Formats: sequence, structure tokens, C-alpha cells
Amino acid sequence: MDLSLTTRQEGNHTVVVVGGEIDVYTAPKLREQLIDLVSGGSYHLVVDMEGVEFLDSTGLGVLVGGLKRVRAHEGSLRLVCTQERILKIFRITGLTKVFPIHSSIEEALAASE
Amino acid sequence: MPTVELRFAALNGHVRTARMIATAVSRRAGVPAGATDEIKLAVTEACARAVRVNRRHAPDSPVHVALVDTPDTFTITVVDCGRAGDEVAPGPDGGLVTASTLLDLEPEAADPPWWSDTTDDDSAEDSAGFPPGLGLALIEGLVDEVEISRGPDGVGTVVAMTWHTGVEAAPYETAR
Repeated sequence: MDLSLTTRQEGNHTVVVVGGEIDVYTAPKLREQLIDLVSGGSYHLVVDMEGVEFLDSTGLGVLVGGLKRVRAHEGSLRLVCTQERILKIFRITGLTKVFPIHSSIEEALAASE
Repeated sequence: MPTVELRFAALNGHVRTARMIATAVSRRAGVPAGATDEIKLAVTEACARAVRVNRRHAPDSPVHVALVDTPDTFTITVVDCGRAGDEVAPGPDGGLVTASTLLDLEPEAADPPWWSDTTDDDSAEDSAGFPPGLGLALIEGLVDEVEISRGPDGVGTVVAMTWHTGVEAAPYETAR
């Protein structure tokens, strides 16, 4: 299972839909995508993690790196995730305090208004 | 003797191989599904760490993984060939630092010191900005028992992770 990435525009937000496995092998692809978006002027990101089957600390590092970049432009990075096994990883690492985590894209977009 | 033993070159791509093998072996052992998720992540973190350590200090040396399945436990041991204790962040009591301590995250302080620096990390590793030992801290949150020790002859570090699978592992007998 590889990593799949699709992006779309929702108002002034860019939604990044991630699927598959984010590990030490595939994380660079996600990292490049986030860097490209920020370089292209997209500072408000919603990352949909519902299709993610596996996430490790490298993936967490990439998301934190993305947050760091958008914040440099006073932007935002919100996550959409309801999968318990993925949420557990954010809880164990304390990152639930760093990332706003929503149960749907609509909720994330509404919270960002 | 381990149930399954694996030795792989210190390359990131093989971390996934190790994960797949650990998943398959744990399923065959009848480990409950929730524990299999933990095993997948913990073995990934331990192997990714071992690959980093070996690439730095002993790029030609393999990473060694042993999986041992007993009726009551499932144990995975990952051994690197770096310097003893490399990328291990021990707490004041000698145990592992927990993730929240390591990241020093306070509810009001959403500016953890390890990533609030302004240095440009575009050229750095993908895990840039993460303190060494985060993978191990994650392991500590996932595994029932973690033991970190020096490798044989003082070379490398041994990360031993054990899950207690005996009582709840109802399908254990039938899964054999």
C-alpha cells in the first residue's frame, strides 16, 4: 500500500486528502506536497486523514513541519480524523494539543472561518 | 530460538518489510487485533531508529529483528550496530522519557521548543525538528514492557518490546 495524495480548493482553504501508509518511506512525498502548497501561497490547509492506514513518527514530523510552515504565514493546518488507531498516536505524543482535529472536512472548514 | 528472525540492510525501504513480517507473525500467533496495530507501529519505530543509527555509524551493518511468540507473550527485539545508547533519551529515573515529557507540551504553550526554532529545515531529514527518542517515546506508549540495553560487546542498542497476549488472546489456540 502506497501513499495517495489529492488536493482541492474549498474557498480560501486547500484540502489535502491523504490515503494509504505514511511511513519513513512515503513521508517525503507528503512533505513535498505540503511544501509546494505553502510555496504556492496556500496557507490554510485541511489534511483529511480518514484514508490513512498507517502513520509513524516520520509522518507526524512531516505534519508538524507543515504546521510550522503555515504558521510562519499566519496560516492554519487542521486535521480531519475519526480513526481511533490514528487518534491514539496523536494522543500518545501529546500532539492533540498542537493540531486542531475535526471529525469532518465541513467541521474543519467551519471552525476555520 | 526466535519464532522468526530477520536481518536487513540499513535502508528505509526495508522498515516496511519488517513491519509486514511482524504483522503476519503476530496475526499467526493469534495476537488480538488492537495489539497487532501497536506491534506494527512499535516495530516500525524501532526499526526506523535502528536504520538511522546504523546509517550514521555502521552503514554496512544489518539491523537484526527477532520475533518470539509464547503462549502468554509476544516479544520483538530490534538490535542496531551503532554506539551503545545512541538515540536513546533516558529519563531522570533511568527509564524512558514519555512522549509528553519529551515534547514538553503544556496545554497553553502550543510552541514546543523542538519546532519553534526558525531554522530552515528544507534540506534536513524528514524527521527534522523531532527530538531524538520520539520514536522510543511512542514505543513506550504502545508496548506493555520495553527494555533498552546495550548490545553484545558494548556495540549497539537492544530494544526489547513485549506484549502480554496470554489472557485475552482467546483465538490463540485455534489460530495455530
